[in-house]
Amino acid sequence: MLRYIARRLVFAIPTLLAVSIIAFIIIQLPPGDYLTTLMADWASQGGAVEAGTVAAMRERYGLDQPMYFQYYKWMAGILLHGDFGISFELGKPVTELIWSRLGFSLMLSLLTLCFVWAVAIPIGILSAVRQYSISDYAATFLAFFFLAVPDFLMALGAMYVMSVWFGQSVGGLFSPDYVDAPWSFAKLLDLANHVWLPVIVIGLGSLAALVRIMRANLLDELSKPYVTTARAKGMSEFELLIRYPVRLALNPLISTLGWILPAVISGEIIVSVVMSLPTTGPLLLRALLAQDMYLAGSLILLISVLTIIGTLISDILLAMTDPRIRLT
Amino acid sequence: MTDIAQLPPATETDIDLRDSNIAVAGQWRLFWLKFKKHKIALVSLVVICCMYLIAAFADFIAPLDPNATNARFTYAPPQGLSLMHEGSFMPHVNQLKMTLNTESMRREFEPDPAKPLAVGFLVPSAPYNMLGFIPMETKLFGLVNAKPGDSLYVLGADRLGRDIFSRVVHGARISLSIGLVGVLMSLLLGVTIGGISGFFGGWVDLAIQRVIELLRSIPTIPLWMGLAAAIPVGWPPLRTYFVITLIVSLLGWTNLAREVRGKFLSLRGEDFVTAARLDGMSEIGIIFHHLVPSFMSHIIATVTLAIPTMILAETALSFLGIGLQPPIISWGVLLQEAQNIRAVAQAPWLLFTPAAAIVIAVLSLNFLGDGLRDAADPYESV
Amino acid sequence: MSMTRDSILKVENLQTFFKTRTGLFKAVDGVSFDLQRGKTLCVVGESGSGKSVTARSILQIVDKPGKIAGGAIWLNRADGTTVDLAKLDPRGEEIRRVRGREIAMIFQEPMSSLSPVHRIGEQIGEALRIHFGTPKAERRERVLDLLRQVEIPRPETAIDRYTFEFSGGMRQRVMIAMALACNPQVLIADEPTTALDVTTQAEILDLIKRLQQSHGMAVLFITHDMGVVAEIADEVLVMYRGRVMEHGSVDAVFHAPKDDYTKRLIGSVVRLEHKAEIRLKRADIAADAPPLLDVRNMSLTFPSGLKAVDDVSLIVRPGETLGIVGESGSGKTTMGRCLLRIYDPQAGEINYRRADGSSIDLRLADKPQLKELRREVRMIFQDPVGSLSPRKTVGQIIAEPLKLAGMRGAELDDRVAELMQQVGLEPAWRERYPHAFSGGQRQRIGIARAIAVKPRLIVADEATSALDVSLRSQVLDLMMKLQDELGLSYVFISHDMSVIRYMCDRVAVMYRGRIVEAGDTDQVVNRPTHDYTRALLSAIPHPDPRDRRIQNRFRYVAPTVPANG
Repeated sequence: MLRYIARRLVFAIPTLLAVSIIAFIIIQLPPGDYLTTLMADWASQGGAVEAGTVAAMRERYGLDQPMYFQYYKWMAGILLHGDFGISFELGKPVTELIWSRLGFSLMLSLLTLCFVWAVAIPIGILSAVRQYSISDYAATFLAFFFLAVPDFLMALGAMYVMSVWFGQSVGGLFSPDYVDAPWSFAKLLDLANHVWLPVIVIGLGSLAALVRIMRANLLDELSKPYVTTARAKGMSEFELLIRYPVRLALNPLISTLGWILPAVISGEIIVSVVMSLPTTGPLLLRALLAQDMYLAGSLILLISVLTIIGTLISDILLAMTDPRIRLT
Repeated sequence: MTDIAQLPPATETDIDLRDSNIAVAGQWRLFWLKFKKHKIALVSLVVICCMYLIAAFADFIAPLDPNATNARFTYAPPQGLSLMHEGSFMPHVNQLKMTLNTESMRREFEPDPAKPLAVGFLVPSAPYNMLGFIPMETKLFGLVNAKPGDSLYVLGADRLGRDIFSRVVHGARISLSIGLVGVLMSLLLGVTIGGISGFFGGWVDLAIQRVIELLRSIPTIPLWMGLAAAIPVGWPPLRTYFVITLIVSLLGWTNLAREVRGKFLSLRGEDFVTAARLDGMSEIGIIFHHLVPSFMSHIIATVTLAIPTMILAETALSFLGIGLQPPIISWGVLLQEAQNIRAVAQAPWLLFTPAAAIVIAVLSLNFLGDGLRDAADPYESV
Repeated sequence: MSMTRDSILKVENLQTFFKTRTGLFKAVDGVSFDLQRGKTLCVVGESGSGKSVTARSILQIVDKPGKIAGGAIWLNRADGTTVDLAKLDPRGEEIRRVRGREIAMIFQEPMSSLSPVHRIGEQIGEALRIHFGTPKAERRERVLDLLRQVEIPRPETAIDRYTFEFSGGMRQRVMIAMALACNPQVLIADEPTTALDVTTQAEILDLIKRLQQSHGMAVLFITHDMGVVAEIADEVLVMYRGRVMEHGSVDAVFHAPKDDYTKRLIGSVVRLEHKAEIRLKRADIAADAPPLLDVRNMSLTFPSGLKAVDDVSLIVRPGETLGIVGESGSGKTTMGRCLLRIYDPQAGEINYRRADGSSIDLRLADKPQLKELRREVRMIFQDPVGSLSPRKTVGQIIAEPLKLAGMRGAELDDRVAELMQQVGLEPAWRERYPHAFSGGQRQRIGIARAIAVKPRLIVADEATSALDVSLRSQVLDLMMKLQDELGLSYVFISHDMSVIRYMCDRVAVMYRGRIVEAGDTDQVVNRPTHDYTRALLSAIPHPDPRDRRIQNRFRYVAPTVPANG
């Protein structure tokens, strides 16, 4: 078991490295470097650019150095000093801007995952056990429908329904009174009041996918010979279902975390933009539109790292529940 | 167990009794026979074909120029299309009566049943080139004897008084073709890379598998956003279109590559492939005579299931304003107009018309792909 | 209902039907029998005979959409009452109290019939928890006791292991321990040894017999193997297509069968007990004839380190059939594939004598040479499904090697028709796809493909293993007929001693990658010199109830345990 975890951890290192390179490439993609944009900005505002300042900044970011050196500088800054660079647009260090937003992103993603799992498993089981019943057809059709509706449409639709039918404005994670208030029980309550809608909106697509997978897995398992064996022991149908096929059908479901998590995080970003939630989504979009590349790159890097860690956890979880993976 | 698996029992004598039609049915016949049983998939196939036809003949089908603005009809509501008027057949729309609400300072429209505007089929129009090269002066339908002030907004108008129906029909061109072109690109990538991976095996396979795993573990939206945002704003629309397609397919090929590789590996171990090798068939011959025919049906199913993800990706990027930009019309671009919830509250058709188009397209493609996948291995139940 | 005191289970006119889209399939149609306390009733039949469905109907665990449509299953309980199991609700509590407690069952595939993610101790003890609510500690003691009864080594550690950590035979022991947990009166064994090697099968049969005696159980044993029936049965029920063909004592069924089907079935088994008639008449092959194939010290080690073929030497003379016999994992299939260079052996020589008298080492042959030689040395595969591409017509499959040899047009068509006739297929069927053919017919297609290019040597890898016994001798006869017509030599690989004895002139016995014994078939079968051969031969069930052998079989213990077990 420990060896398995260790191996997985070692495997994660090249992945992390590759992700950081991809993020760096994205930073470098827009033509010209940031300073050219900055100088153009200053020039358009009529401000004179001091040659010394520019040179200092070039030095600071290694902009006159070869590409790999810039990458090295960027990574070294992150790893050694936790310095992700500076947001050019906002003039603040990236770290100052992202942590609270990253926290909300993480919270939203985790809540969504919990919601998706808690709802998908029972529906999937019901759908499989009552195959070809009305409820199975309904679940199947709804699953297909929600798979076809993109996240942001779902968000817009939800906002439309809430505002036109219920007369409520939707957006943000807090009521205006609480946005800047310190944490308190009331603020938490307010958060709970706001958070359920984005969680459902983000989750429905993955939920639909998961219901389909759970149903298919369970149908597979239900026809396996060990089910007959357990039945021949005299076990009741319900206990049988839970102890054997459901238990085994959960294993492949755990391994889907590897892609459900990226999907949820993707959904979280785009839904947050639509519903203007204080998470990484809107910040990333703004940074990209303004070509504030250190901010954007850092966000993409951190989001990807979070996903990789999540996948790692799902791998370990899978090993814990499946002796075939753990022991061979 | 064994008894059930072999229903009905096949012995030497009763073989001749079997349906001789099935006996001589090749792979694609069996595929079709099995697919036909999947009714929803069959319906979806028809829907998809219709949608692509509509996209191809968008100029002919759309009654109005999708870019023609009309300040008089800002946010005009859908006029609908009625076929009967006072008991007789007469396709028509009701004229819109406009009043200015002085309180909210908004125009309000009211359909007036007393003033039907006749709608005719194959009506003359301004000249245009259908499919880009067939000169035409006829549209599928339009107002007969239109007077100034008459309007034909079947599904409503947007902020600038442009016809939503015509825009959605034209948007289908970009959105549906991006799915197709994107899939072709990822098919090329996927089959080549997956094939290399499965054929060579060893460390090549290992390296490619690691790359695929890596690509799949990164959330797609931020990556797409990062890449799409790097497209200079000043680029010509066509170039943007292709780069967006490329970006979208850049991540879509992994599934195909996995599918191809998996099939390659499992088929290489099959006895009939070994038999062909012993017969003296070359590796290339084996690939094209045995391997490709065996996974063709699977590839078709996977490709079909990949199209909707491409469509959704384009829509999402354009919606965020970092994909395709106006004046290109795509479903995602149309939805940009619906970003403002206040506008949607006033004119829900801004949101729901393109949304319905997207959902119907994606839903049908998913059902179709599902049916194809179920039929992909017609030998399981025969 | 009449029931003698000794009768424990009485099945009357049982009907189990499957509603399918194409109609009603009568898997079991009017089966009746009577199971006596302490006795063994064997239900025997070929695939599709409904024997397994009969067994499952008793516990009402028939897979969907199967349902008991009629008849009665009377269970005589320990307390003197009787109950008709057929009338109970299949999901109800009453039938559940019978399952596992009064009637227990073991299955064919011990791997898939056990859960891979639960420890075996848990799975064995479960019936105790369900039926008696036995507390955990006590349960563990009982499970350990059961593991000892089924002779699983080191029960204290084995109890916490998972199924995939055991070999096939050990898994079946676990299944048996599970079935014994509640001391049932009846044990239903559904082909429990079919997936096992013959020596392991003998051990499991032994174990069941012993446990039956010590527990006083009645055993309902489902099998397709007449040899097993003869070894263990008291009574026999012969089934064919859902109906009972014959029912009687084992001696009567074997020695005075009344029904035609039974006669044919026993006939085809007994036929395989002797050398084929056309081989008895044939003149001996000259021992001094220059060998067609002369393999010397061939070895193949897989990248995993497994020595699959270890220093194998053998010869094949023109016109003869060399049998290669061994159990699973003995390396016989790998060895056969090395002869055609499907695998590349790392050491040794494979000297093949061409028609012009020149000799060539197949191991060192280059690509063009190999292409040519593979027309002279051909292969017949085991799996009649996997070895034919489902996407080609039969005509195309048979024509493929001819086309690659350059044959075209009318000549090709005529040759394909001729080949089909030669192997007993209608040439008119050439447009059909393999899915329209039965297993025996598919194997004929495979044979036609092999002989299409007029080969001189054919490697047949378990060519008849996937076939029912009645088809087996037909295919073997066809192969021998072709051998005489075309002057072929065969390397015939099989795990089944009876088919080897039926058709091979000489035989080599493989064990763990090595050939432990080789010689004339008669000599090896009747006077084996190596202990492993003796053990293998004595573990084979003998289809004569008057001459039961496997209980007195010879047991072989490998001198050392090499890594490749």
